[in-house]
Amino acid sequence: MNVWIEKQRYIIDFTISSLMRRKVKNIGLLVLYTLIVFILASTMFFTYAIKREAAFILEGSPEIVVQNLVAGRHDLLPVSYLEEIKSIRGVANVESRLWGYFYDSLVGANYTLMTPPQNQDSHKNQGKTTVVENDNGDPHANHEAHALFEYEGALLESGTLIIGNGVARMRGIGKDDYMPFMAADGQIMNMKIVGKLSSVSELVSSDLILMSEADLRKLFGISPDKVTDAIVTVRNPSEIQTVAGKIKKRIHSARPIIRDEILRTYSSIFNWRGGMMIVIFSAAVLAFVIFAWDKASGLSAGERQEIGILKAVGWETGDVIQMKFWEGAIVSLSAFLGGVILAYIHVFFTGSAIFEPALEGWSNLYPNFTLTPFINAEQLTTLFFLTVIPYTVATIVPTWRAATIDPDSAMRHTGG
Amino acid sequence: MILHPTVIANLLAAYTSSLMLVYAAYYGLQILRHWNIESGSELQLILERKTYLVSTVLSYVFGLQLLSLFLFVFTADSLRTLFVGAMCAAGTLNVNAFGYPTLVLKVVNFVTSGLWLVLNHADNQGYDYPLIKKKYLLLIVITPFIVLETLLETAYFLGMEPDVITSCCGSLFSGEKKAGLGSELASLPAIPTLWAFYLTVIITLISGLVFYFKNRGGYVYALLSFALFIIALIAIVSVISIYIYELPTHHCPFCIIMEDYSYIGYLLYVLLFGGVVAGSGIGIILPFRKIESLKHALGGFINKLALTSVLMYGAFTVIVTYRIIFSNLIM
Repeated sequence: MNVWIEKQRYIIDFTISSLMRRKVKNIGLLVLYTLIVFILASTMFFTYAIKREAAFILEGSPEIVVQNLVAGRHDLLPVSYLEEIKSIRGVANVESRLWGYFYDSLVGANYTLMTPPQNQDSHKNQGKTTVVENDNGDPHANHEAHALFEYEGALLESGTLIIGNGVARMRGIGKDDYMPFMAADGQIMNMKIVGKLSSVSELVSSDLILMSEADLRKLFGISPDKVTDAIVTVRNPSEIQTVAGKIKKRIHSARPIIRDEILRTYSSIFNWRGGMMIVIFSAAVLAFVIFAWDKASGLSAGERQEIGILKAVGWETGDVIQMKFWEGAIVSLSAFLGGVILAYIHVFFTGSAIFEPALEGWSNLYPNFTLTPFINAEQLTTLFFLTVIPYTVATIVPTWRAATIDPDSAMRHTGG
Repeated sequence: MILHPTVIANLLAAYTSSLMLVYAAYYGLQILRHWNIESGSELQLILERKTYLVSTVLSYVFGLQLLSLFLFVFTADSLRTLFVGAMCAAGTLNVNAFGYPTLVLKVVNFVTSGLWLVLNHADNQGYDYPLIKKKYLLLIVITPFIVLETLLETAYFLGMEPDVITSCCGSLFSGEKKAGLGSELASLPAIPTLWAFYLTVIITLISGLVFYFKNRGGYVYALLSFALFIIALIAIVSVISIYIYELPTHHCPFCIIMEDYSYIGYLLYVLLFGGVVAGSGIGIILPFRKIESLKHALGGFINKLALTSVLMYGAFTVIVTYRIIFSNLIM
């Protein structure tokens, strides 16, 4: 065993010195290789991190959302349905929600308008937080509840607003400013801003505006016997499916959506986007593979002579192949590590300047947020498969061709 | 079809190894037909050079095969969130009819590939390519299985439809209809299986040591190490897993490779696969001990294989025993 290790060590020593002798050629290859790893790694880190972010946010969303469908479209939900749902065994609580989108033609963006969660009425003056329960082992978790959005201290009453950071940035407004809206009946409603949502999770709250129920009904012209949708809390998590099934059976026009389904759908969408980017970049990988093949098979006169001499002094074909294997391993490993480190910096420190628009989706109101660094073995293995393996395969045949050169012909060609 | 980066990596690996293997098998066929070590013809010289290419290609392919076996299970496991009722790889592999056949083929192909590498190494010990025809015959036998594996894997990944929200009511009812997708696996009674496992371990290890020191009973050990491999897999499903999970109803052989169990599954499976390849490899090369050019080199190699196999199985047993003794589950 020791002999074997010693032998490999000498071969590696020789390989490194031989690589250093041809700096320009090898650095060119290394830079390109690193770039390829960097692009793919950035894509993967970004999609995984954002998927995690979305999952983390959705943890705090209601177990079941019930919408009303009319002619296959999402419609307002009659308040009478709430009682019907409440009577289902296993349902712990039903709350109605009022929300909608408002297009601001001034800045060309859509806001999300919402009334604060209902149980606020009971402690109106205390400020309200919506609480997200954390999983253990979640890097976000500090083993304490963490608010999705909060507006400590601000008092929301008729005629006032609480706005998200994205809205504030876009309109250049802040606390105590006024914001006009045109209501459904054509009247102008001038609302006073009394607070801003905290920036803990801008991904959710960037475009959010909170207003009181009466204002929202007036703004959108929603009659008092209708709400936008309802959220259902179920005591026992394993009953969620059954409860959702019962809701569908009792109210035929209802569309119950379970939290897991939302999670699954988001996860598919982000997988799809990440996969799509990789398919697009596969053209680049292919170009790189051709480049690597070309580099490996186009041996310079000096290299041919070197291999010829090695074989003349007693190296076997197998030894030359081993040398080439180590050469590939050294280049691949350096490029892989370099690319991964650069991608980590790119995604988690510079906010993935290059890819953000493509992967995040389309919107006028960009949230500003930093992703939580998250890397796992799955990402690294996948990356390894997508980059190192194509390179290795591309260099096998050229390597073999180089290793089977006859010593005399190699030296005769170049020795002159 | 799920366009997940890891799925793309899996398919890339599968197609790469299939293509390389078909390429190698083509030359293998030529070698089988035209090989003549006595001849100095140009064709023979080319073929002799090609053997270097083929064995390099195959070392890569079989290395890839090992990695892709784990990547496949890993992928199946990470896709579980997309399917109603799938808790881990066991459920995801059940999503369509191609999941488990692919996995079984992957395991079989891994073992046969390992045996090929053992044969290849033995062949390289002799100066006159003593085993070359047998080696390439085995290669030609393996190739269709790996190609079949690639096709099944493609069908498996292409046939996946994640349960996402549909426009009427979410995927609720597609979920109901797939109620049988549970991750519970049928299993044998725990305690008798455990006895059978330890009995086989003891017999196998003794036979391995006898072979290592006295050089007797090589075929017996090769057979026993293969039997132990199968029994150990069964034991993982029926009894070892429940001690690791500390849950008498959870028999999954895949969850042990997850982070929650500190990735202990990887260690166990690597030991087990290594043990069977080294142990059964003895049976493959024992018949060639008498060949003139291999006489001296092969003895040492066979001994090394025997020692490796015994050590790996030993380590596997020690880890398993440790987990069983210190498990909070008492039966």
